Amino acid sequence: MSSYLTFRILKGLFVVVLISLMTFVIMRLMPGDPVYLLLGEGQIPITDAQIEAIRAKWGLDRPYHEQFLVWAGNLLRGDFGTSLIRTGVPVRQMIFEAIPITALLNLYALALAIAVAVPIGIAAAARKNSWLDYTTNAFSALGIATPNFWLALMLIVLFALYVPRWFGDLPLIGRIPPFGLRSWQGWILPVIVLATEEMAVLMRITRGTVLELLPQEFVRTARSKGLAERVVLYRHVVSNALLPIVTVIGFRIAFILSGTIIVENVFAIPGIGRLFVDSVLRLDYQVVQSLVVIFAVLVVVVNLLTDLIYALVDPRIRIS
Amino acid sequence: MTKANAVLGTAGRFSTRRRALRRFFANRMAVVGLVVVLFLAVVAVFAPALAPHHPNDDIFRGMRGVGPSWEHPLGFDHLGRDLLSRVIFGTRIALTVGLLATLIAVVIGVMVGALAGYFGGWIDEALSLLIDALMAFPLIALLIVLAAVLGPSLTTTIIVIGATVWARYARVVRAEVMSLRERDFVTAAKALGSRDRRIIWRHVIPNVLTSVIVLASLQVGSIIILESALAFLGLSVRPPTATWGGILSDGRAFILRYPHIALFPGMMIVITVLAFNFIGDGLRDALDPHDKR
Repeated sequence: MSSYLTFRILKGLFVVVLISLMTFVIMRLMPGDPVYLLLGEGQIPITDAQIEAIRAKWGLDRPYHEQFLVWAGNLLRGDFGTSLIRTGVPVRQMIFEAIPITALLNLYALALAIAVAVPIGIAAAARKNSWLDYTTNAFSALGIATPNFWLALMLIVLFALYVPRWFGDLPLIGRIPPFGLRSWQGWILPVIVLATEEMAVLMRITRGTVLELLPQEFVRTARSKGLAERVVLYRHVVSNALLPIVTVIGFRIAFILSGTIIVENVFAIPGIGRLFVDSVLRLDYQVVQSLVVIFAVLVVVVNLLTDLIYALVDPRIRIS
Repeated sequence: MTKANAVLGTAGRFSTRRRALRRFFANRMAVVGLVVVLFLAVVAVFAPALAPHHPNDDIFRGMRGVGPSWEHPLGFDHLGRDLLSRVIFGTRIALTVGLLATLIAVVIGVMVGALAGYFGGWIDEALSLLIDALMAFPLIALLIVLAAVLGPSLTTTIIVIGATVWARYARVVRAEVMSLRERDFVTAAKALGSRDRRIIWRHVIPNVLTSVIVLASLQVGSIIILESALAFLGLSVRPPTATWGGILSDGRAFILRYPHIALFPGMMIVITVLAFNFIGDGLRDALDPHDKR
């Protein structure tokens, strides 16, 4: 067990190093010189000597492998460097200001999705081919096929444009703003958008997992010893279905950034996703590299945890 | 190979294939999906004939952001261009990227997976690490970085998407090849003195194609969404070329003034992705009858 753990951790570390190396190379291949971007592309008269001085100050004059090692070494000490473009702001500060917003947003969305999707998925499986089942399937199929940024736009049009125009202020909620998180109402639409996608996936997985368990023998045994159908469903079937569901949830957490990048851009939310896109477009090396490494670490850690939980909960799985 | 031999050799495969086809066409949703995709393909091929106006050059003066009417069923965009024509031309980009990027991903994924699974050892270790690294990367983040680095264009978009989404094929193919490698027909081929390359091409790859086809048909839809996401961020085909994601991005800039711009391209994406997903589900059920849901 412990040697397996060491092996997995080492492999995970290797993956993280590989990814950061790949990102470093890609960012350096980017057209455009950050020094010129910093100085506003020839708007300020500047001598070559001054440019060299700036390069030297930021370590851009050193060979690439040295730049990488310096950066990686700093990273290990928790120093993400300072942003080249937004001069002087520590990257750590930018990231730490953005993380809580993204995390909260996705936490609410995930909680909402689990609370809605898991019970409905179970009910749909228990009543296969009922109208509930068909509606669930249709919702899943539509939810998976809908780009979240389009859903976001349509909800903005509906709730920030037409609802106030037709109905005025809503009871309890009042007015939903189209962009930003300045008021608590601003959270409603982004959370719904992110939750819809998760719901679609979770409903399908829950329904599928429960349906696979229903024809199995332990279910027949439970029924034949006279247990009520409710007890069979919840105590025997659902408890066995939870593990795959938890795995999927873990997987979704690992890839939070994928879902949140564009949604944050649509709603103008100052989270990690928006920071990432802004930094890529501004050639802000330091920020992009740090974010990529952070998310690679997140994926590796969550994958490892999911495997371990699986092995701990299900004794049939042997770790070797 | 003689004719009789060829007939004998393919008779069994042919009948299972026909049974799979019959199962596929018995699936109503799959057939609907197929019809929709064929319709979209016709629209894409004959876009210049079908579009009532030029998607970029016909700019109607004084019609900026005007809503739908009989002559212009989808209305005008923020510059006064006919939206129906732009949406029709957008079909071309969506289908081209969806199909070509999938093809690239399939080719890379099958090659890498077959090599890793067949040879094992350090080749497998190295390739598996690469697969793991790619799968640990939030795909859209990688795409954004690559598209920004290489400069947005149709070719870049196709290659970048194709070159990043192959890891899943590789993983599936690798696992299947590892079990195929131990099967008797591979041992027999080896005993007959076939070279590795021949065994991989003639005996191993044909046996994994079923899973690959199912996976590929299920992935076209998500690639179309990825492309529209890139276009939405301005990182796919450059404007003024009409792409669904690009029109959505125009619509977003004017979302509170001209809300109709964003409506239709988004609907087209949903319909297209649904159609491909239905085909994928149909193929999976038809080709893998053991997995009954």
